[in-house]
Amino acid sequence: MTPIGWNNPRVRSFVYQASVLAAVIAIVWFFAATAQENLQRLNISSGFGFLDNTAGFGIIQTLIPYSEQASYGRAFLVGLLNTLVVAVIGIVFATLFGFLIGVLRLSNNWLIAKLAAAYVEVMRNIPLLLHLFFWYFAVLRPLPGPSESLEPLPGVLLNNRGLILPAPVFDAGAVAFFTAVAAAVAAGIFLVVWARRRQRATGKRFPAWRCAAALVVLLPALTWFIAGAPFHLDFAVATAFDYSGGMRLLPEFVALVLGLTLYTAAFIGEIVRAGIQSVGKGQREAAASLGLREGTTLRLVIIPQALRLIIPPLTSQILNLTKNSSLAVAIAYPDLVAVFSGTVLNQTGQAIEVIAITMAVYLTLSLITSLAMNWYNARIALKER
Amino acid sequence: MAMEDVTGRPPPKSQMRASPVVWARRNLFSSVGNTVLTLACLYLLWLAVPPVLDFTIFSAVWSGTTRDACLGPDKGACWPFIRANIGQFVYGRYPADEIWRVNVVFGLGAVALVPALIPSAPAKRFNLIFLLVIYPLIALVLLAGDRPGLRPVPTSEWGGLLVTLVVALTGIVVSLPLGIVLALGRRSSMPAIRMLSVIFIEFWRGVPLITVLFMASVMLPLFLPEGMSPDNLLRCLVGVALFSSAYMAEVVRGGLQAIPAGQYEAARALGLSYWRTMGLVVLPQALRHVIPGIVNTFIGLFKDTTLVLIVGIFDLLGQVRAQLSDPSWTVPQGALTAYIFAALVYWVFCFGMSQYSNFMERRLNTARER
Repeated sequence: MTPIGWNNPRVRSFVYQASVLAAVIAIVWFFAATAQENLQRLNISSGFGFLDNTAGFGIIQTLIPYSEQASYGRAFLVGLLNTLVVAVIGIVFATLFGFLIGVLRLSNNWLIAKLAAAYVEVMRNIPLLLHLFFWYFAVLRPLPGPSESLEPLPGVLLNNRGLILPAPVFDAGAVAFFTAVAAAVAAGIFLVVWARRRQRATGKRFPAWRCAAALVVLLPALTWFIAGAPFHLDFAVATAFDYSGGMRLLPEFVALVLGLTLYTAAFIGEIVRAGIQSVGKGQREAAASLGLREGTTLRLVIIPQALRLIIPPLTSQILNLTKNSSLAVAIAYPDLVAVFSGTVLNQTGQAIEVIAITMAVYLTLSLITSLAMNWYNARIALKER
Repeated sequence: MAMEDVTGRPPPKSQMRASPVVWARRNLFSSVGNTVLTLACLYLLWLAVPPVLDFTIFSAVWSGTTRDACLGPDKGACWPFIRANIGQFVYGRYPADEIWRVNVVFGLGAVALVPALIPSAPAKRFNLIFLLVIYPLIALVLLAGDRPGLRPVPTSEWGGLLVTLVVALTGIVVSLPLGIVLALGRRSSMPAIRMLSVIFIEFWRGVPLITVLFMASVMLPLFLPEGMSPDNLLRCLVGVALFSSAYMAEVVRGGLQAIPAGQYEAARALGLSYWRTMGLVVLPQALRHVIPGIVNTFIGLFKDTTLVLIVGIFDLLGQVRAQLSDPSWTVPQGALTAYIFAALVYWVFCFGMSQYSNFMERRLNTARER
């Protein structure tokens, strides 16, 4: 016998859900109506038409052609690309450095392990914004002018206008060279995949990695000589009052990459350490008793199992780094938030549209990253019988 | 196995205290590679540590009352700058003759917090209720002074560490209950409630806090009726609280998932309602599981409070930046000194919290192993 009325859980569940939904709809309705009223009263136009209007302001770093006559939509794209370039470079450096820190923390060398631990504890307990202020206002901005540039590495200048790296210059034949590089890499991957399939099917081994490495080195080297050194580096030179040549990275950009990398690497280091430590001692011993060498044990036994634990938290760190790149606004690096939610919002006053677009961008980036990582995660997940 | 008499024999090698030389050979110079690494590390330390110590201690200026003391070649950190501005760093522009109110709030907080952190202290339930409900109300009345007998102090005059702690504490006090509700919602069997919780959590977790603060400071006024515009600090508090409750919800959900289904079933079999099942059986176990995660969220929240300076609120870091632009204290090494000081303050708070989280984790683990 089903209970009647309030005693029936399905009725109760329906009533609860309907009332919560009604409350949410009522709140949204109230805010939407108030917003419309306010917009009319303040005479703010709504809609996305403003994206076609002339921006009229300059941006200090543009990866695509941009001028003050360009539209707000163009400014949005410039800001988005600036965010992406900082995020991608930060992710690469932070992941590499983080893995290094994680491995060093497990070193059997006492001094190195302690140093890595100290690094992690210092870096992750200081707010990222303070990292950025430190690098930008206390380190990079007080540097001497171009005529007294520091030269940390030969050909690399560091002064208050930024970090000047050697710029690659492409001559005739560069296309052929890069085609050769791409072809060699593709052939190498094909070779490794083929060798692995053949070993699985027949048990015959083939020194695929060595052959692939030889291919990737030799083919481009050959093209390099045939094409007659198709590109060279243009080194910056300090002159009496300035410098010439090279490729300039803004101090804002350098500070942001440094801060994001050093801060996030501490978190990634802890993730890597936990992942490696989670692989049981028995696994190592079992591999040794099967006669696997140290390198093979690491490659075939330890790393695949550790990665399974490392990947999910690593993903959220990568997402954090992308979102944290929005702190750029505090040191005036022209990222999406600084350009769009800052300057464009101030000029147009269209707060709702601008903030909604900015948030949508970050939500999309989050979604894409987590989808990609979920796919990867499913691929390497433990396949239980 | 036959027992043999081991009295009088030396202890096994692994239990012997190694002499420093043996220890160093084992841990620092066990192979050629290790020796090279150790020497490289020592060289790096030699390069890095003396300049830092020199700047912060040996060449630093310790006495003096004006910037002149810090000018001159080869002068290190300018500590008189910190001493002269310490009032601003702690209280912001809070009126000087009302500062006792801030001190009372700080003192009361410390008195309530210490026993709450000690696991064996008595009256834990009352202590926590006081800390999470009554204390914030007392602090609000005392700080804002919106009562007869107290002079009102607008939030625009609050600043420094006071604002940092207010933002962090509000985030903590709001995010814990809201996060628990959201986590329960996400694991609810009712599809509409589950969906709303998922949308709420994933939205706040997918956007950076800066955009949330921008939204709170420029977009929120558009959504409220005319004449009802809460002040800047309150708007930021709303943003921070919603943002951190989404993160808290995910931590609590982790704890809920770790509770075996048998616990739910047993509670139902005893005839407990949903709220009693959760409140008396599931949540006490789940929350205890995730205390380290909750403390980690607090650490993240504490560090994130610095972001409010971007929307024009003077928290500790914002106040440090503001005092740096004071022309009567412009010295070349001012920025470095001020940021080292700020970093030290944040580090002490965050490192303290993380050590507490480690301590709780160890305690929980030993409890589970027993």
